[in-house]
Amino acid sequence: MTVADPRPRTLAPFGRRRAVVREVERLGAYVRLRVDDGEGPADPRPGQFYMLAAAERWGAGADERPFLPRALSFARVTGGPALDFVLEAVGPGTERLAELRPGEGLWLTGPLGAGFPPPERGRPLLAGGGIGVAPLLCWQDELGPQAVALLGFRSAAHAEAARLFAGAVEVATDDGSAGHRGSVTDLLAAELDRDGEATVYACGPPAMLEAVRALCADRGVPCWLALEAGMACGYGACFGCVVPTRDGYVRLCVDGPVLDGALLEEVA
Amino acid sequence: MIDFCGIRLAGPVLNGSGTFDAIAAERAFGDALWEAFPFDAYVTKTITLEPRAGNPPPRLWETPAGMINSIGLPNKGLERFLAEDLSRLAPLPVPLVVSVMGHGPGELARLVGAVAEREEVAALELNVSCPNVESGLIIGSDPAETARAVAAVRPLTGKPLIVKLTPNATDPPAVAAAAEEAGADAVSLVNTLKGMALHPRTREPWLGGRTGGVSGPAIRAIALAQVHAVAQRVGIAVVGMGGIQTGAHARDFLDAGATVVAVGTESFRDPAAGRRIRAELAALTEADGGFAQARPHPGREEPRPMWGTGKKPANTRKTVKQPQRT
Repeated sequence: MTVADPRPRTLAPFGRRRAVVREVERLGAYVRLRVDDGEGPADPRPGQFYMLAAAERWGAGADERPFLPRALSFARVTGGPALDFVLEAVGPGTERLAELRPGEGLWLTGPLGAGFPPPERGRPLLAGGGIGVAPLLCWQDELGPQAVALLGFRSAAHAEAARLFAGAVEVATDDGSAGHRGSVTDLLAAELDRDGEATVYACGPPAMLEAVRALCADRGVPCWLALEAGMACGYGACFGCVVPTRDGYVRLCVDGPVLDGALLEEVA
Repeated sequence: MIDFCGIRLAGPVLNGSGTFDAIAAERAFGDALWEAFPFDAYVTKTITLEPRAGNPPPRLWETPAGMINSIGLPNKGLERFLAEDLSRLAPLPVPLVVSVMGHGPGELARLVGAVAEREEVAALELNVSCPNVESGLIIGSDPAETARAVAAVRPLTGKPLIVKLTPNATDPPAVAAAAEEAGADAVSLVNTLKGMALHPRTREPWLGGRTGGVSGPAIRAIALAQVHAVAQRVGIAVVGMGGIQTGAHARDFLDAGATVVAVGTESFRDPAAGRRIRAELAALTEADGGFAQARPHPGREEPRPMWGTGKKPANTRKTVKQPQRT
């Protein structure tokens, strides 16, 4: 990593701690959990993540899973602090998290990893795909409502998550059931055509991140990508979450999850 | 205080090699890590002579009550470990054990020679779960290969040598006995069990390294049996590990004959798991009359101290041949 790392990092209390689910909201295909994290820091940085596990019945689900905690970017932090997470039930871990009810317990470790650095050039443009829109919520809050969030979803049911954004939003869906019919990279290309002086921040599935990386590389626009990988620990212990970069394999949990797009040959 | 191969430990809970990176953890948790360090001795990730990138991803798979990893021992190599990492580990409040792996006695000797002379290092662990490049055999799966590896490095240091045993061997107690004969001060077990998972769609092996090592509570009963069998066979200290999640699990391993225990996969679920397990164990053993009290060992005729302060009488069932010297 660079000598002067511009990416901010709030340290985590050592060890996992018990938090309590306060609110559960269905958002189309997604679920928003609000979690009281009284023992955690009030200032996690946008792009940082937490490891989550239900305090009860974590295990004994389908195929006797889940076993390992799940890594989720926080979407917002409010007084208390209370943390918002947005998730989609796609496997035994997220299914168990999605069925939590207010008052139930949750194990939390975090905040972990490095967050988004401030814009180095031009206006900030945020690009999110699917569940990857989550860390862009608090980042837009911080940058200001004029920081446009370009959001791509499969369908209108998923595009419900766009309602969570407080500032300017443009939506694209694969099936055209909401907003522009097409991809979020279409929206990003149009914005960069309009004004190429920008710093891009993106989070989403690998194919989308690769399209954003290639587009920004092509236009000479700096971009910061929040990547995802299966993790066991979240704090550099297991070496399981590596991605290939121009500097070799890096652990997303401690060297990311936000990486300089220029560091990546390709998002696979 | 516990005497582990002549090293004084404040408690009986170590980490398994490769399951806790103190330098990375400091980046996540800051000084709180050193203030509440969760282990009574710290074992590094395995160091090799040359830098290794490790296996291509994906490297992880979740199993029922456990996981498979295919990490491939990424590390920065001996030179940079000595130059960079040892000084970063200076705030470590517990003894430092360095794990090393070499593809044959010659490489191992270079590693052990260079690491053992550093005063920061209290003990060395030999990771023998790798092939000997000359014979092609996994060193730790074969008693004679293991004995040769230990014999090659034994004259190089007076510091304790721990041999990390693989459970993927026909007869782990025979390998343990060979390590003891060749001069090892302790054995640690179990390493991970070989496992595989298939990609849900392509039906090809999921892991970049094709196979990986299974760990976690899924393997605890297997590990306990192997620790018990090895402790019956050798008189040297035994580090017991494999799916330990609670103080009660740790006590099982100690009562099966382990001198101390190590926590691995559970630290992935909770970075401070070692500290919790140690506290739970202390509460349990206090109810029994304290850590240091000699208790009868199941299967043994006479009691022995729990923490390896004395050698047990020579085992007459030992059948291992004197190892060949090379």
